[in-house]
Amino acid sequence: MKYLLMIYQNPVAWQGMPESEKKAAMSEAGAIVDELIASGEWVGGEALADPSTAASVRVRGGVPTVTDGPYAEAKEQVVGYCIVDCESRDRAVEIATRWPDARLWGMEVRPILSPDGVEM
Amino acid sequence: MTVDPGIERLLRDLAPQVLGAVVRRYGHFDAAEDAVQEALLAAATQWPAQGVPDHPKGWLITVASRRLTDQLRSDEARRRREAAVTLAEPAGPASHAFVTQDDERASGRDDTLTLLFLCCHPDLTPPSQLALTLRAVAGLSTAEIAGAFLVPEPTMAQRISRAKQRIAATGARFTMPPAGEWAGRLQVVLHVLYLMFNEGYAATSGEQTSRPELTAEAIRLTRAVRRLLPGDGEVAGLLALMLLTEARRPARCTPDGALVPLAEQDRTRWNRGQITEGLALVTGALTTAPLGAYQLQAAIAAVHAEAATAAGTDWQQILGLYNLLERVTPSPVVTLNRAVAVAMVDGPQAALGLLASLESDERMAGHHRLAAVRAHCYELAGDRAASAAGYRDAARAATSLPERRYLEAHAAELAGTAARDGGAGAGTRGAGAGAGTGEAGAGAGTRDAGATGSA
Repeated sequence: MKYLLMIYQNPVAWQGMPESEKKAAMSEAGAIVDELIASGEWVGGEALADPSTAASVRVRGGVPTVTDGPYAEAKEQVVGYCIVDCESRDRAVEIATRWPDARLWGMEVRPILSPDGVEM
Repeated sequence: MTVDPGIERLLRDLAPQVLGAVVRRYGHFDAAEDAVQEALLAAATQWPAQGVPDHPKGWLITVASRRLTDQLRSDEARRRREAAVTLAEPAGPASHAFVTQDDERASGRDDTLTLLFLCCHPDLTPPSQLALTLRAVAGLSTAEIAGAFLVPEPTMAQRISRAKQRIAATGARFTMPPAGEWAGRLQVVLHVLYLMFNEGYAATSGEQTSRPELTAEAIRLTRAVRRLLPGDGEVAGLLALMLLTEARRPARCTPDGALVPLAEQDRTRWNRGQITEGLALVTGALTTAPLGAYQLQAAIAAVHAEAATAAGTDWQQILGLYNLLERVTPSPVVTLNRAVAVAMVDGPQAALGLLASLESDERMAGHHRLAAVRAHCYELAGDRAASAAGYRDAARAATSLPERRYLEAHAAELAGTAARDGGAGAGTRGAGAGAGTGEAGAGAGTRDAGATGSA
């Protein structure tokens, strides 16, 4: 079963962190990624550019509006994601628990809908 | 890559026999498995153009042996360079002599079973057992297996390689398990075949037409096991369960991919040949072998298969079979499915009482099938508003897109009629929730261990 792990961060607080702490957090996350690759659970993932570079798009009455910035105004924003394919929700949560951002801000674990299904 | 279907079938049939022959001669299961994959690939590219050789199996064994001994020799040379110490000679004679058919006449078939036992080693997780079985026994390529599970190829490659390392680490050998472990190990093998089937059955409603048909692979391998163990009731039961479930495939989806519940399927479209074979298998097993979970699940599928209409279903018999199944392999999923039968025999209130006992079970609480069966009971009781709300709860909990769509649509339909008349007289729509392989949470396949209860 696939899960999306959304990594939340406060970009302002992140920028204010000492370089050494940022490096430590990044290498910590990198080590988890390596582990997930080795275990065959890693499907993919990327880091995202700063939320200020986002474009939010809405179409109302056929008229598109494009505004700069993220969809929802909030201190904490999605700054990256990964997709894992693992045995259970518990396992996905366990992976998220280890992410450095979970200590500093938060992670969200969401099951990805499968295109497969069985009739009832 | 498109390979001639005849050649592809031949290669898949030969794959475990070739691997068995190579491992028996040289050991090194991990490297031998890679070498056989390379030989299969070479055959898939060369045979369509050059023709199938006179002794295809011998050809594959020779090519695989050559690849393997080259690999072992170069590994050895590297180790020597690195350690500057002379280690032991590579295992086995590095003979490149062409292998004749006589050379491996009797062993080929038994090798399939030995390989299944090895790939389904109890120390591996079910997803690893499944992936390795598909590659080493079914002869699928890593790309095909990755396609079946909708993951990138490197992810699947890593999973398979990790599984092989784990087998090497356990020190397991290419031999049959000792007599004392036999029954338990066979259970694991059958469970892996069962998961393979479920994975494929759930996938048939997906949009991806290029995915390999795991139901066909599972049936093929289970037939192979049955040829080797014709007297085993559970092997026959599992094959019957697969055939009786697969028979419904032509009726289970609308052309646009929406799921059709068992009660609404056009039964004239069920595959009669598979039903006849499945019925004969399960009848034979139940009368000659000790009772087992697969036979009982097959018997339940058989009762559905024998009913010409949904209304003609013998629910009393199904309930009796679920009572037995719950005694043989108690699990919350079996209880959930028994509740569906209870609703049909003793009425929805009795079933709701049984469901209440499942709500405190953390393996089931919050599971969409529990919510769906509860909603179904409200529907039977004529409480359309509660039923619609229940189906909406189930839709929210579902992690399968087609199942969620079905549950949402049904909730909307009930909410509409509840608003119009609020009356009773709900039909049997949705009856048999989880019938068929749904007994063990088929949709969840290997990926939802919590729901895979009955096997």
